[in-house]
Amino acid sequence: MRIILDIALTHLRSRTRQTLVSLIGVTLGVGFSVATAAMLEGGQVDFERQIIDATPHIRITDEYRDPQLQPVERRFADGAVALRGLKPEEELRGIKNAHATLVRLRELPGAAVAPSLRGQVVIRHGGTDAGVNLVGTDPDAERLVSDLAGDMREGRLENLYTTANGLILGIGLARQIGARLGSSLQVTSPTGQSRLMKVVGIFRTGVTAIDDGEAYTLLKTAQILQERPNVVNEIRIRLADAFTARAVARRVEAMVGYKSESWQEANEDVLEIFFVRNIIMFTIVAGILVVAGFGIFNIISTITFEKARDIAILKSLGFEERDIRAIFLSEGLAIGVIGALLGWVLGYVLTRIVGSIPLEVDFYTEITQIPVLISPAHYALAAAFALVSSGLAGYLPARKAARQNPVDIIRGAA
Amino acid sequence: MNGPELLVRARGVTRILPGPVPVTLVRDIDLDVARGELISIVGPSGSGKSSLLYLLGLLDQPTSGEISLDGQPTTGLGTHALARLRLEKIGFVFQFHFLLQEFTALENVTLPMRKLGRLSPSAQQARAMDILDDLGMAKHAHRRPDQLSGGERQRVAIARALANNPPMILADEPTGNLDSKNAANVFAIFSKLTEVHGKSVVVITHDQDLAALTERQIQTLDGRIVQDGAVSRPDTAQAG
Repeated sequence: MRIILDIALTHLRSRTRQTLVSLIGVTLGVGFSVATAAMLEGGQVDFERQIIDATPHIRITDEYRDPQLQPVERRFADGAVALRGLKPEEELRGIKNAHATLVRLRELPGAAVAPSLRGQVVIRHGGTDAGVNLVGTDPDAERLVSDLAGDMREGRLENLYTTANGLILGIGLARQIGARLGSSLQVTSPTGQSRLMKVVGIFRTGVTAIDDGEAYTLLKTAQILQERPNVVNEIRIRLADAFTARAVARRVEAMVGYKSESWQEANEDVLEIFFVRNIIMFTIVAGILVVAGFGIFNIISTITFEKARDIAILKSLGFEERDIRAIFLSEGLAIGVIGALLGWVLGYVLTRIVGSIPLEVDFYTEITQIPVLISPAHYALAAAFALVSSGLAGYLPARKAARQNPVDIIRGAA
Repeated sequence: MNGPELLVRARGVTRILPGPVPVTLVRDIDLDVARGELISIVGPSGSGKSSLLYLLGLLDQPTSGEISLDGQPTTGLGTHALARLRLEKIGFVFQFHFLLQEFTALENVTLPMRKLGRLSPSAQQARAMDILDDLGMAKHAHRRPDQLSGGERQRVAIARALANNPPMILADEPTGNLDSKNAANVFAIFSKLTEVHGKSVVVITHDQDLAALTERQIQTLDGRIVQDGAVSRPDTAQAG
């Protein structure tokens, strides 16, 4: 009813300053919560995107999650005797039957698969030694499972095909040992094999651990260097939808038996920090809005106290308790609604400003601006919380005011 | 006027304020108010005048007894029905003008009409202006209460009481804060309302001279009616 709103807004106008203060409370609460949420989720999404882009979605390695049972344990599984001094069977490392596994994996919907051999080597250039993770891969398959081709700063991934003993280095690694495109490096494997290799490319993924410690060569070259012909110890999978990785990894592990790690599992610790961070944020934001609610409660209590006589008049005129309640409740909600709308504007502007601040970090990731994510859900959530808070803050004094007996007020005033 | 000749019929009305020491405000009152009657209630402070008026005005509920308004028993009605009856059938005027300070005279008068919602907004404005004009307040229609004198405010309050054209006006010491000229003016308005418009007006006053202007006076003492009739005008027959 319009008359209810008229009276409510008139009350608020009669206490302009207090109204403005509570309004600012809600505005700041909503504005900052929206902006904080945009930054936090922006950071998280950006991080996830980096991980998703730079690393395989699922990595199958030649490891088992649980130690394999030795033949004697398998044979006497129900034996009542304890076996002591059991010497594990020595197995040849590497993914067994890799070719058949690859064929089966390629049948997964939306999956691109690349086999590789990963192993430690020492690269020597000039007087500098560096322990490096050398990945032997096939450029055509690599292209399907990682953005290595797009991360090339100098040279091209295909150069591995055209140059014998070609090597691609991470940018940090190249700097560390002072290698450039065309440099010849001495690469030595743990088996003692040594070979002169030529730098045909330099990449930068943005992930420090990779840029500082990895090098790529042809799968064949790596197998020769490591003296492990035809062995593959890593299969990387990229999925059409990276967020299904956890479920797919579980299925793959059941299928192949080897440890299959999704990117979420590999980065569990970091993702957990994000989760905790979100909880902290929502707690703080809820806190701000509860405080704003106290401000609203305060002003509406004051108004109901001041306007006790008006309440009596309105009741004597034939207004009912629910009309009186509606008046003061709409005062609270009016502050909530206007505050939320202003808060949206403030939040959006803050987000835009923060999002345009350049970030000059040359490590870990390649963020050029603080990442922000503008999501309607943040706006809806903040507004919903503001409305609940302001509605409650209006309702409590409204209920009390509506219950007042007009006769008491008139007697007191007369 | 339509409806029964008797506008208010109160029988055995008693109002006791509950509490550790219960206080009896009004005890066992029988009272009839006819249409078009102008009644004054006089009596010392605390004699139950105002309590009786609030009971008649359905602002308060009797502890026991029965009040009928316009032929309708009000005992046991819910707050919604009571509010509706107040809105349509009763206009209150209080000692202090009791206008909403932030609203103009005109807005104060339209308030009950807007709540009732029977007229269009433009018809509400027109009717409010008519009533204000009748009371000589048309030129002040757009002023706020703090820009009006005491007498003017009380006339706006009367105009507001008349907004929904109720058959009964209840006034609680409406002249208590007015000088004698303005007080006489208010009583003149009440006379006109009863004689010309056929409304019933019940008015509490301390002023014996003003009470003498009414055709029927009721005296209260200790929550009872001790005298009912024409006290100081023996030549006037009791009406109703």
